[in-house]
Amino acid sequence: MKRVLIPNRGEIALRIIRACRELGLECVVGASQADRDGLAARQADRVVVLGPGPAGESYLRDDIVVQAALGTGCDAIHPGYGFLSESVRLAARTREHGLVFVGPPTEAMALAGDKLAARAQAESAGVPVLRGGEVTGADQARELAGQIGYPVLVKAAGGGGGRGIKRVRDEPELEALVGLARSEAGAAFADDRVYIERLIESARHVEVQIAGDGHGAVVQLGERDCTVQRRYQKVIEEAPAPALSELARGRLREAAVAFARQIGYQNLGTVEFVIDADSDSDEFFFLEVNCRIQVEHPVTEAVTGRDLVALQLQIADGRRLGFDQDDVALSGHAVECRLNAEDVTRGFMPTPGTLSLFSLPERPRLRVDSGFFTGTVVPPYYDSLLAKLIAHGEDREQAIEILLDALEDVDVEGVETNRAVLIGALGHPDFAAANVTTDWLERALR
Amino acid sequence: MALSHDDVREILRIIDESELDELSIETEGFSLRVRKGGGVAQAEPAQSAPTARAAPASPQPQPESVAAPSQADDGLVTITSPMLGTFYRAESPGATPFVEVGAEVQPDTIVCIIEVMKMMNSVPAGVSGTVTEVCGANGRLVEYGEPLFTVRQP
Repeated sequence: MKRVLIPNRGEIALRIIRACRELGLECVVGASQADRDGLAARQADRVVVLGPGPAGESYLRDDIVVQAALGTGCDAIHPGYGFLSESVRLAARTREHGLVFVGPPTEAMALAGDKLAARAQAESAGVPVLRGGEVTGADQARELAGQIGYPVLVKAAGGGGGRGIKRVRDEPELEALVGLARSEAGAAFADDRVYIERLIESARHVEVQIAGDGHGAVVQLGERDCTVQRRYQKVIEEAPAPALSELARGRLREAAVAFARQIGYQNLGTVEFVIDADSDSDEFFFLEVNCRIQVEHPVTEAVTGRDLVALQLQIADGRRLGFDQDDVALSGHAVECRLNAEDVTRGFMPTPGTLSLFSLPERPRLRVDSGFFTGTVVPPYYDSLLAKLIAHGEDREQAIEILLDALEDVDVEGVETNRAVLIGALGHPDFAAANVTTDWLERALR
Repeated sequence: MALSHDDVREILRIIDESELDELSIETEGFSLRVRKGGGVAQAEPAQSAPTARAAPASPQPQPESVAAPSQADDGLVTITSPMLGTFYRAESPGATPFVEVGAEVQPDTIVCIIEVMKMMNSVPAGVSGTVTEVCGANGRLVEYGEPLFTVRQP
């Protein structure tokens, strides 16, 4: 592997460039016209314009992306997160042309995209799944939901990441919703299969970072807690997960490795679980597997001291992991928060615009990942992430303290941000006590 | 003629993407020899050569409107690429190019093909006038918005 195409933008494109430099790889950034002059485009060895600003005409075109890689003499594509990062089509197309796709095998990606198939594989691996199953008609749905007990969730097999989920309170609502859910799923994901799952009312979201090479090695790199969310969008993430018994922590990590082995997983991945906060023994259940580098990967990098993006590139290049489970040691506690361009007072509406001032703090034990600087434009086409602030403390308390202190020095003018919400959440006694569930932030905001 | 940083980069890029193994370029007061695959690349300013112009500090301005002809002051318009892909000047290898310098074009005159993953996309001129320059090189990657032709409007 010599030259990598990065068809992505913002902080993750910069992050991949940094890893490429570490490994002596050249990088070509595939940017949209709107990102032509962005930081990633400036730092790359070369930039190619994939298409106009709207992602559907640039970052989401797998044919254009592969053509760009071939035309610029790249021998690999690192998709980053979002956009086509979990596209089976892009992975297959990339590999058909003899290029390296930096990600898991195409079959593993297809399985991960099919939530029902992934659920079945988890069961085969002995990993706990929520009570439920596929439903095709109202009668069957009623019977299954009756066994599980209301409320239940109706999920699309082709969904994931919080998309295609409906909460159902009772039988009349279920009857009204199953047919609708099927047609909506068919329209949104070209797959009308839906399934019912038990709803965990007091839930914590914990995910395990896994890595496997092409030589049979699979390890876990600890877990992350991403419970502080707003509408399924993660806002604060940390590693290791607080408020988890050591017994449950060990089982959770083992379950993730068992699942990865079951499906022959290679490269980096994340196995997501939901934890029932009302249970005495931190009962956990499999949710889904993510086949990409995740936004929140820096908290794992902080506590493990490993470069996860470099690891992705090395595994994709056919190399061995180079370490085993006993070599994975965690140190301290890391917390990340996402600074977004959004207007908190207007329903968290995204606020594109020009950053007339964009000043981010520097601190010992603080990492800041951002693709912006003063004078740059936050385009209206993409997500609203402005920066990630990651603090690595000796313990959780110190990490939170560093972040709170750093947030005081975040100075952004020109666009509204969610800074006040981050300060409010990180400084809240419930968060300090790790006494939160996935609906906590939205309740606290009211 | 002095070669700028950008010129050298462009030359390196063309060689890198081509089948060539070695290339020598000599212009007045400047010679450049490049060899692929481990050879030493040399850029030797000849004696009394003018200093190569520094690369511009700020990136080039984006075209206001891409995939559509853009008007300059002197009656010249640029036809830019409507998509990223491989630029072909003719229907098939060895065939006569769609247009040459001097050709008269109408808005619906096909001027080239952009290939994306075996899909051939015909590109109309979008403007009427006389072709004054062919900017893209046949068989090479062009980006979205990259100039392909200039046309003088009547």
